[in-house]
Parts: sequence; C-alpha cells; structure tokens
Amino acid sequence: MAQPERPLSPFMHYRWQYTNTLSILHRVTGILLSVCFFVLVYWLAAAGAGPARYAAALATIGSPFVQLLLIGGLFSFCYHLLNGIRHLFWDAGYGFELPVARKTGWAAAIGAVVLTVVLWFVLGFWPGGAA
Amino acid sequence: MSLRSPLGRVLGLGSAKGGSGHWYSQRVTAVALVILGAWFIASLALLGPGAPYAAVVDWLRSPFSAVMALLLLAVSAYHALLGLQVVFEDYISDKGTRVVAIVGVKFALVVAALMGGLGVLRIVFGAQA
Repeated sequence: MAQPERPLSPFMHYRWQYTNTLSILHRVTGILLSVCFFVLVYWLAAAGAGPARYAAALATIGSPFVQLLLIGGLFSFCYHLLNGIRHLFWDAGYGFELPVARKTGWAAAIGAVVLTVVLWFVLGFWPGGAA
Repeated sequence: MSLRSPLGRVLGLGSAKGGSGHWYSQRVTAVALVILGAWFIASLALLGPGAPYAAVVDWLRSPFSAVMALLLLAVSAYHALLGLQVVFEDYISDKGTRVVAIVGVKFALVVAALMGGLGVLRIVFGAQA
C-alpha cells in the first residue's frame, strides 16, 4: 500500500475488449494502406513509362507476395473506410452511447469483411493473376 | 462550462499550440478520401480484370480521371503522413529515432506521390502513344 491512489496508465488496467481491438485494427489497416500506397505509385509510374514497363509491373504486382499484400490492402481499405466514417461521426459528437458504439463497431467489422469479399469478386481480383 | 479561454477558442489552439491543425487536416483529408477512395475502386472495377494497358491510358486521358488520380495521390499521401506521424509519436519513445522515422516517412511519401503524379501526367500529355 505504498502508492494506493496513483492512477495507472490506461493500457495497464484496461481489459482487452472490442473497443481497443477495433481501435488498434484501425491503426494496423492504416499502416497497411500506407504500404499499398507505394504499390499504387509503382503501378501509375509504370503506366506512365509505357506498355513494356507496365507489363513488367503487372507481373511484379501479380506475384504471390504482392497479391497477398493487396488482399490485405483491400480489407484494410474497407475496414479503414467504414471505421473511419465511424470516427468522423464521433468527431461530430454522435454515436458515443455504448449500445450505439457497439452496433456501429460490429457493423464496421462485419461490413468490412463482406465488402472485401464483394469487391474481390467485382474487381475480379485485380490485377492479372487469377482472373 | 468550458475551461478554454476566449482567446484560445479564437486561435483554435490547445496547450500544445499546434495540435488542432494536425487533427483537423486528418479529418478533412479523411472526408476527401471517402470520395476519392470510392472513385478509385469504381475505376478499378471499370478497368476490368488485369487492368489492360490500353484501358488504363484511356482512363487517365480523361481530364476528370487525371485530376481525381492526382488528388488521390496527394490527399492519401498527406493523410498517411499525418496518421503515421501519430503512430510513431505514440510508439517510438526515443526522440532521435522518432524524428528520423517521421521525417523519413514524410520524404518517402512526398517522393512517391510526385512519382505517381508524374506517371499520370506522362499519360495525360501522351509522352508515348
């Protein structure tokens, strides 16, 4: 009982729950999207460099590693978009009530998975590779 | 009751003096990226599987697409820069490493955005047909 009343830093006594999971996922997907940004640049720069360079770039982008990154990127896009809209509503002062926050949280998570699968098929899955 | 002084409200600054600009820019770019992101996904879908070269050139030759692509590059680079800065500030405790990481990522994103923009402009101005 040396220091009984000292407040702890939040991360030292918060139990793991959906709120911090979704929050951390927002950051992780944001970082992944930042990586995918460089793939977008590579793709556009190659297109600007002409058909030969573009074909070479498509081959690189079609490689298993980049495809895996892009699948993660597609999910990241969907989740970061939906949860980002959730954040914007919070910033405007709406949706803080626990039942609402829980519902929108689930909606963002499940919606992101569904949207990822839908876009995967719509994009067929871009580029090259399988489709 | 607000603990903020009237002058503080007018200047829009908290005790850290400069945080609100960063916070606000992150939100404004987020709203822009909702639109730009939806446009980009729709464009990819229209390009079709494999995004053939001719389709990409056709797509970016339209002034609207070119402007949207340039905006997507600029706004997402800025949004990523702001977001990664916060991540680094939160998780890198050593000041030297933190500053190097933040500045390094800023440089990388600015260079990348310009390279992507150059790719778009080369198609717009038809350096190769």
